[in-house]
Amino acid sequence: MESILFIEITAFDVAMLFLVGFIGGMVSGFIGSGGAFVLTPAMMTLGVSGIVAVASNICHKFPKALVGAVKRNKYGHVDLKLGLVMGLFAELGMLAGKHAMTGIKHQYGEVGTSLYVSVIFIAVLAIVGIYVLRDAYEIHRSGTHDAPHEATRLARWVQSIHIPGTMMHFKSIGARVSVLFLVPLGFATGMLAATIAVGGFVGVPAMIYILGVPTLMASATELVIAFVMGVGGTMLYAWEGVVDIRLAMIILCGSLFGIQVGAVGTTYVKEFTVKLVMGIIMVTVLFSRFFYIPGYLSQLRMIDPLNDSTLGILKLIGDATLALALIAGAVTILVSLLRGMALHKSQQAHLEAELVE
Amino acid sequence: MIRDAAAARKAALYGLISCVLYTVLFFSADRLVAWARATHDGDKLFFFAPIVIAFAFSYVHGAFTGYFWEALGLKAANGATSSK
Repeated sequence: MESILFIEITAFDVAMLFLVGFIGGMVSGFIGSGGAFVLTPAMMTLGVSGIVAVASNICHKFPKALVGAVKRNKYGHVDLKLGLVMGLFAELGMLAGKHAMTGIKHQYGEVGTSLYVSVIFIAVLAIVGIYVLRDAYEIHRSGTHDAPHEATRLARWVQSIHIPGTMMHFKSIGARVSVLFLVPLGFATGMLAATIAVGGFVGVPAMIYILGVPTLMASATELVIAFVMGVGGTMLYAWEGVVDIRLAMIILCGSLFGIQVGAVGTTYVKEFTVKLVMGIIMVTVLFSRFFYIPGYLSQLRMIDPLNDSTLGILKLIGDATLALALIAGAVTILVSLLRGMALHKSQQAHLEAELVE
Repeated sequence: MIRDAAAARKAALYGLISCVLYTVLFFSADRLVAWARATHDGDKLFFFAPIVIAFAFSYVHGAFTGYFWEALGLKAANGATSSK
């Protein structure tokens, strides 16, 4: 039987995983997803095999998502019914995604799966990331940061469709929507999660722009979907005996600190800020993939082979850009939180002064 | 530094339990790796261990981290509700 590599964990490994977990957790608490795309490569950099890194990542994801969802539910952000229904279809999507990855691995090897993952990253992040960032820019340009949530034309159309026997009311949408619309969206979320580890990059924008869910509720409800997927995914990988619970709990140690910060942060910001952070992270991660692709093409002999030092430099730049994506998101969240708290404090002081008068 | 004494007391309690859990995890690391290897090799008796452990940590450490930030004054904005 193939031997699974469970690494010796050093103090440096613990510190790094805690820190990356904290930052990833903060981003997850705020936009509903994130961190996973850095955590898996971070673990692999420490010498963890790909499958153990993915499995351990998923094992940390569901408890993190649970804590985040419980916290954001206190603020009224979570649509539990929507999260569970989409989560169910996301599980099926995860199975399909895992099956596709296994097929590609048998045909083209590990490098083939890496190239496949990068192509999916680019396709999804280019379309969705640029759209979200453009939306945030339009809000900023029009000065409508404080405007109440308005569903897109597509979402209004979806809400207007009545298919007997399939309709369900969702509080976040404030309307009845056919479950048939949730099937492909949930499925795509799960398939993406199994492929690039971040289903929320499709799930959250889909809820906002296709179903008409307010941004804050979409990012919170995504945590429910992530929990459902995480439990299912962990069971599958645990059955295979490839979950390194030590790594998962070290990351969780940091991410649970972070997710609380991100969750609290959402109560001080408007929808615009959540879209901005999501867009920034997605576009930066998209940019990072371009540095990995030449290496994969070289290893598959689809281009002239590159020398090792060139490959090393490209990978380093790609990894650094990934880290930058997460750090940029985290910094934006912290700045927004601190600004929001300061503004809130001055508003409260002003109100109290008026009451005294 | 401490803004909420009640939260600080709860943070201390859950923090202590969390420390105990992580200490047990540290000293049980070899056994947990052995269980994973055994599961991979076909003995599925302890396959559920990671899931149970993760749930336990999520409850205890989740409570600790929540009270930790509350004790330092990081709380939701007043009247935090859904954005609708």
